[in-house]
This record gives sequence, structure tokens and C-alpha cells, in this order.
Amino acid sequence: MTTPMQVTSSKLRVPLTDDDHVRGPAEAPVTLVEYADLQCPYCGQAYHRLHELLRQRPETVRLVFRHFPLSNVHPYAELAAETVEAAGVRDQFWAMHDWIFEHQDQLDPVHLSMGCQQLGLPEDEVADEVARHVHLDRVRRDFVGGIRSGVNGTPTFFVNGVRYDGSYELPELIAAVDQAASS
Amino acid sequence: MTDPSGALQPGQPAPEFTLPTGPDRQVSLAESRGRPTVLAFYPADWSPVCGDQMALYQAARPAFDQYGASLLGISVDSVWCHDAFAASAGIEFPLLSDFEPKGAVARQYGVYGPDGYAERALFVLDPQARVSWSYVSPIDVNPGADGILDALDALTSHQARA
Repeated sequence: MTTPMQVTSSKLRVPLTDDDHVRGPAEAPVTLVEYADLQCPYCGQAYHRLHELLRQRPETVRLVFRHFPLSNVHPYAELAAETVEAAGVRDQFWAMHDWIFEHQDQLDPVHLSMGCQQLGLPEDEVADEVARHVHLDRVRRDFVGGIRSGVNGTPTFFVNGVRYDGSYELPELIAAVDQAASS
Repeated sequence: MTDPSGALQPGQPAPEFTLPTGPDRQVSLAESRGRPTVLAFYPADWSPVCGDQMALYQAARPAFDQYGASLLGISVDSVWCHDAFAASAGIEFPLLSDFEPKGAVARQYGVYGPDGYAERALFVLDPQARVSWSYVSPIDVNPGADGILDALDALTSHQARA
């Protein structure tokens, strides 16, 4: 996205809950919340850097993923979000999240189903839950919470509850995390 | 140049207008009477995707709908430009064309910029078409929708008390 700054509020208004998808140690001093759209190319760029960030700072940071699908711009964003939630109830949220970001140009239902197959998920059950929108409320709750916190595009980050408007190049992300850890 | 504080302020009546939203369709502010209205002035169609304010508002529409609010986008672009932009970004709420005389409505609301574009300005109107909240964002900053929802909350609780 091109307008990363925002103005009216700079705090994360929705605190972490057990419902959140968290990657990294629970006791990490830094929590990085990402609002993302699974079909957004900028989120795709961020994905690889976040992966590297977690690898380089394994004790320092944990990542929280929240949905912010702009389905009017990205026609498969909500479908992908519902699919990753269906994987999540089968303890495969992050595996599916990674698969999606690594196959971002192939998020139509046929390819998503192939992704489920590759991860050993029951692809028919998942497709059925997605078709009945079993997980859509969960996705929309994230979205509305993001709107309330002033999320205006994707990806948007909060570091320890404070909006991070800096670059999401790897060195800047590492610096932001290190600074939050030492403050 | 429009003074940064030139935007209409809370308590002021919102000027009535009728603007085209398509080759053969017009929208009047009066149609929104009786419910809250969100007016989103913006500089131009076709700002880059992903961070686009109007595309965001389309996605956020269910949240606005909870307040029964009507949502209108306004820029100085022509109806043909609006049509193409709305189709590309999946926008289904009306985009109004403040095209001729250019910027006339933006001027009435105090948000016509020095370079011939509307500013990035938000107004929340109460059901009687009075301004209950206004905000002018820096031109290159998408202001998001949190301020709008907070204003709709305040309006709703104010009306509940009244």
C-alpha cells in the first residue's frame, strides 16, 4: 500500500485473545500484530521478511496474524481467509497461511483445494465449510477490529500495541523489534 | 487556497446539493434525511490500489450499515471516470461527480484545494443534515474509517440520550 501513515488513532484497540493466531514464544517481549489480506501482493512481500524476522529474533518476537481482506479489490481474499481458518480448526493455520503466501498467484478454489491436499487436510470438508461460510464471522471480526484500530490498507502493523508506520523492509522491521524489546 | 480550518464544523448545517453519480442518475443530499450520512470528499479516482480509501470504505460498508448510515464519495472526476473506477475497485456506493461547475460542492463544504482537487475530507451528518463531525486528512494519507465509526457511535449515543 502507498499511504501507510494514519491519523486518528495509533493504538491497537482489540487486545490479544485465545482466538488469535500466534507464531512465536508466548513469553516474547515483543508482539507484532499484522493485519493482512492473503491476496495482497504487499502482504506477500511482507510474508518473506516476517519469516526471516522470526528466524533471526526467535526469542524476541511473536507474530499475530489478523485478517483484513479487501474482497472488492482481491476477489479470492475472503475465500483464502476462510480456507486458512478451516485449516486452523485442524491445527494447520500456519501451514496453510504459508502455503497461500507461497502460491499467491493461484488462490482460486481449485488451487486452494490442491493446497489442502498437499498439507493432508480433508479438502472436501474444508471446501464444504468454506462454501457454507462457517468461518466468515471469524474473518469479519478481525476486519472490523482492524477498521476500529484505524487500519487503512494492508499490511498494517502494530508493535506492542502501537501502530508501526515505518518501512517493512527487513532491517527496519528488525530495528523496530529490537527497539521495542529494549524499551 | 482552502484554509485547513475551512471545513464546515460540528453544529453547522450541511449545504444541500444534487450531483450526478452516473450518466443518467443524480443523488441529492435530501435523500439521506432521516438517517446519518457519511460524506467522503477525496482528490481523485485511481489512487493506487491496496491503500485506496474508497475501496476500503466499500469493504467497510457492513460496519456503516449497522448505523443505517448512507455513504457518498465525492470528487471532481467526471461520471465516466467514476464508472470505470467503481467497476475496477468493486465500489457499489455512489461516487458523486462535483465536475460542473467544478468543485462547487467541495467549496460549499470548505474543502476545495488550491490545486483544483477536493481535499481528503470526511463529514458525518446527523439525520437532520447538520454536521456532527468533520475531519480533513493530509492529502496523501488515507484516514481510514475509525474516525467515522467513532462519530457514528457518538451520534447514536447522543440521540439515545435526547
